[in-house]
Amino acid sequence: MTYTLNFSAVWRSFDLLLQGLALSLGLAALAILAGCAIGLITAFGLVSKSTLLRKPAGLYVTVIRNTPILVLVLFSYFALPELGVRLGKIESFVLTLAIYAGAYLAEVFRGGLLAVPPGQREAGLAIGLTELQIRTSIIIPLMLRNVLPSLGSTLISLFKDTSLAAAIAVPELTFEARKINVETFRVVETWIVASCLYVATCSLLAALMRAVERRLAVPR
Amino acid sequence: MDFSFLDQLWVARIPLLKGLGVSLSISLLSIVVGTVLGVFVGLALTYGVRPLQWLVRGYTDFIRGTPVLVLVLASYYVLSTVGIDLGPFQAGILALAVFCSSHVGELVRGALQSIPKGQTEAAKAIGLTFPQTFAYVLGPQALRQALPAWVNTAAEMVKASTLLSIIGVAELLLRTQEVISRTFMSLEFYFFAGFLYFVINYGIERFGRYVERKTAVPS
Repeated sequence: MTYTLNFSAVWRSFDLLLQGLALSLGLAALAILAGCAIGLITAFGLVSKSTLLRKPAGLYVTVIRNTPILVLVLFSYFALPELGVRLGKIESFVLTLAIYAGAYLAEVFRGGLLAVPPGQREAGLAIGLTELQIRTSIIIPLMLRNVLPSLGSTLISLFKDTSLAAAIAVPELTFEARKINVETFRVVETWIVASCLYVATCSLLAALMRAVERRLAVPR
Repeated sequence: MDFSFLDQLWVARIPLLKGLGVSLSISLLSIVVGTVLGVFVGLALTYGVRPLQWLVRGYTDFIRGTPVLVLVLASYYVLSTVGIDLGPFQAGILALAVFCSSHVGELVRGALQSIPKGQTEAAKAIGLTFPQTFAYVLGPQALRQALPAWVNTAAEMVKASTLLSIIGVAELLLRTQEVISRTFMSLEFYFFAGFLYFVINYGIERFGRYVERKTAVPS
């Protein structure tokens, strides 16, 4: 154990790490936005009375949740071209992450939808709103407030999952860290700095979500 | 897809089975080591003296804020740099066990804290010592609380085992990639690997639901 820490090589490439971090955050942001849309549609499928909607939605959630995300990432990048779907690295990764997020968020939203009291829907009907208006202006806002904590933790875990994009050479934080590793051989320092960047960003995201929750909390 | 896939699958059966075996041993080992570690983490978080609590809180927060892939890469490259020579398999297990311990630690803490204070007070009132209180009153109730979530963690570990392919452990995913580089049947073989993982994890998920039903407090 005669290793002496020397961070200077890592500091010289620090802007690369920051660029990687920015890309990681961008990937996570895109994935959570698209994932929310997919999850919302799937959640309405999961709580629907029609088996024709419920079964496929359930199948999607079960299959995606029980498959390792690395397999999904590799599948969509290397195997989809065989089906004629050609996507760039970043597009294919965002798509995969969104589909992955959608399955987790569908379960989150389903719980949130079931927690909205039926009286809210009845009240909407009583003042003459259509089914679509009730959903968009009453049920979805109430549901979102209910699920805000889970939404926050999903965002954080998606941010961490962006590290898997390194496996298909998307230049996000983990990929840049590996590159700096190979170029400078300052292995210990690079991983210390990279993990600290991840931890700091996760704490920041968590604090941000808590602030949003406080602002949107139901007044009592 | 034609029959040549089945032929290739038959040709590749031995490496794929070996890979599956390695994946299962990675998952099993990291769950066992991670759970033992995690129980200590959970106990320290709940009953530890203040400085110990801060230390362990820092550990769990750091591990939970770092992606598993980073843990795996760091464990493999850092340990060998500072002179601890572990193979990729051992380094990978270490990383996954550490990851698992932070999750188990939090769910043990959550389970212990959810037990009403009255239970401890009742145990004190009938003269039980703390170890006795833990063994007869708190432990069993915490176990019932934590078991379903623990089964979920187990499924999580099976999925995380795929990450060891990146540091060159010949588990199922790496074996699959090797077969693909020989046969160029990426669609079929990734699908097959995904299917195997699905079957394992779905089995664990069903088992988790069963455990949840069995351990639910009768109402």
